[in-house]
Amino acid sequence: MKKNYEIIVYGRGGQGGKTTAELITQAAALKEKYVQSFPEFGPERSGAPVRAFVRIAEEPIKTHQSVQEADCILVLDETLLETDKLKSDLSDYFLERGVMVVNSKKTKQEIKSKFSGKLEVIVVDATGLAEKIVGESRPNVVILGKFAQTTKIVDAEDIMTVFRSKYLPKIGEDKTEKNIEAIRQSALSEEV
Amino acid sequence: MKNKQIKKAITGGFAVGEAIRQINPDVMAVYPITPQTPIVEYFAQEVADGNAYTEIIPVESEHSAMSACIGSAAAGARSMTASSSQGIMYMMEMLPIASAMRLPIVMAVSTRAISGPLNIHGDHSDAMAMRDFGWIQLFAESVQEAYDNLIIGTKLAEKALLPVAPNMDGFITSHSVENVEIMTDQAVKEFVGEYQPTQTLFDFNEPKTFGAIALPESYFNFRKQVYDAMQEAESKFLEIVSDFEKISGRKYDLVESYQLDDAEKVIVAMGSTCGTIKATVDKLRGRGQKVGLLKIRLFRPWPVEAVYQALKDVEQVFVLDKNLSFGTSQVLAGNVEIALKRPINSVVYGLGGREISEEEVEKIFTGEVRSFLI
Repeated sequence: MKKNYEIIVYGRGGQGGKTTAELITQAAALKEKYVQSFPEFGPERSGAPVRAFVRIAEEPIKTHQSVQEADCILVLDETLLETDKLKSDLSDYFLERGVMVVNSKKTKQEIKSKFSGKLEVIVVDATGLAEKIVGESRPNVVILGKFAQTTKIVDAEDIMTVFRSKYLPKIGEDKTEKNIEAIRQSALSEEV
Repeated sequence: MKNKQIKKAITGGFAVGEAIRQINPDVMAVYPITPQTPIVEYFAQEVADGNAYTEIIPVESEHSAMSACIGSAAAGARSMTASSSQGIMYMMEMLPIASAMRLPIVMAVSTRAISGPLNIHGDHSDAMAMRDFGWIQLFAESVQEAYDNLIIGTKLAEKALLPVAPNMDGFITSHSVENVEIMTDQAVKEFVGEYQPTQTLFDFNEPKTFGAIALPESYFNFRKQVYDAMQEAESKFLEIVSDFEKISGRKYDLVESYQLDDAEKVIVAMGSTCGTIKATVDKLRGRGQKVGLLKIRLFRPWPVEAVYQALKDVEQVFVLDKNLSFGTSQVLAGNVEIALKRPINSVVYGLGGREISEEEVEKIFTGEVRSFLI
């Protein structure tokens, strides 16, 4: 039995994967969980594949190694599904019982067919929702609605609370509310 | 009595910035460098928002940052800065001047590799480069310890009349979000107290000279005073952490012994890797292996007696250095050998931010990895 629930967020440099990880972490901390999140410490190039890691636990987290056996993988850019790096992170543990949340317009079956194993694939068109509601093609926050609703690791409400307190002073009322609406719709979105 | 504390999930950089805001120093000299930047980014915002009254001096280089700290500290101001790597290399000329002038400057360090080749990631090369300059050096395993060490370090600097560098691991701690308990502003302010400089340039009743030339008849004596002050800093640190425990509930010592009581194999390390080693020790203990960790919190002054007491009965000692000395033994390894007066196993790891996994820690315990975890 693993002590920590572990997540890897896959994105491209500049897409905000680090923010995705931090929002999950801080939402879990609202429920008095022990948490840890950190970005992959690699080259900081726009567009380069980057990972961010999250741990959530009932006991203090000691380790500082990167996540070796993820329980959940969030993919902000589906072109990353074809990369060797992502494939090398698909441990036997993950392929047997992991959850993969993918930002894509494709169907669940199309994505699932790329992998062997019992992993659960969840699809949400986070970019589409972000474009429609916020007017920006940034999926990194919107994907969290679906993530929260399907995994139940954090509450979508807590994600919204953390987002509001963090970003209201930075992006203003209008954009904050639009993002929150997009998180809500992402949580309610039906998979195809 | 333990005070009320606020639970947050923030990065090490922001936690250290928050500690500086709570202390509200008179002067903060700032110059950006990765991975220190989040400290000053956070703190400058707080000053701009009116949550601290510090005079921020945006200097044009780290050499000037340390010079500004030395000048303001000599004038009687509680003075701080933050830096990493090349920044520390660039201010190096000023570092032993700060200690020789007995100025209680605090410099928060996010440790990072030094060039070349150019690398922005975390190791301890910068901290090790300043180890013989009369600076007290603390190392943090976690965001919580980074926050606490900044507060403890401020009080220690002023008690010991020596500059203090609280170190946290660049990126691994400075850029990671972890749970942290933040004390109230009131509790922090009362703990560090109002700064009362003992000697200042502005004492017009008893005018003094700071930083004068010292020729052969006095130079040695000045340097010896720094040596003596450093020797005395250890007991001052112990008094301060004992007071700190009363208000925070968090107990600290010169070193931290983890599963050492019956341990046959022990790793000695500093910084965030200690967490990964603890996780590995838990795993191996679960399989009945008698392994443990000795974590060094206070690196300068070197707690020679505490290290000896912790390790004297241990069969095999492995010392991890996140820094590489060329043509000689490694720094931490050499220091442990001095304490134990017997050979240990020295392993260099993590240079330029190379990750160390629990599996690799296990291989150090088994002796599969020798000298270099490369």
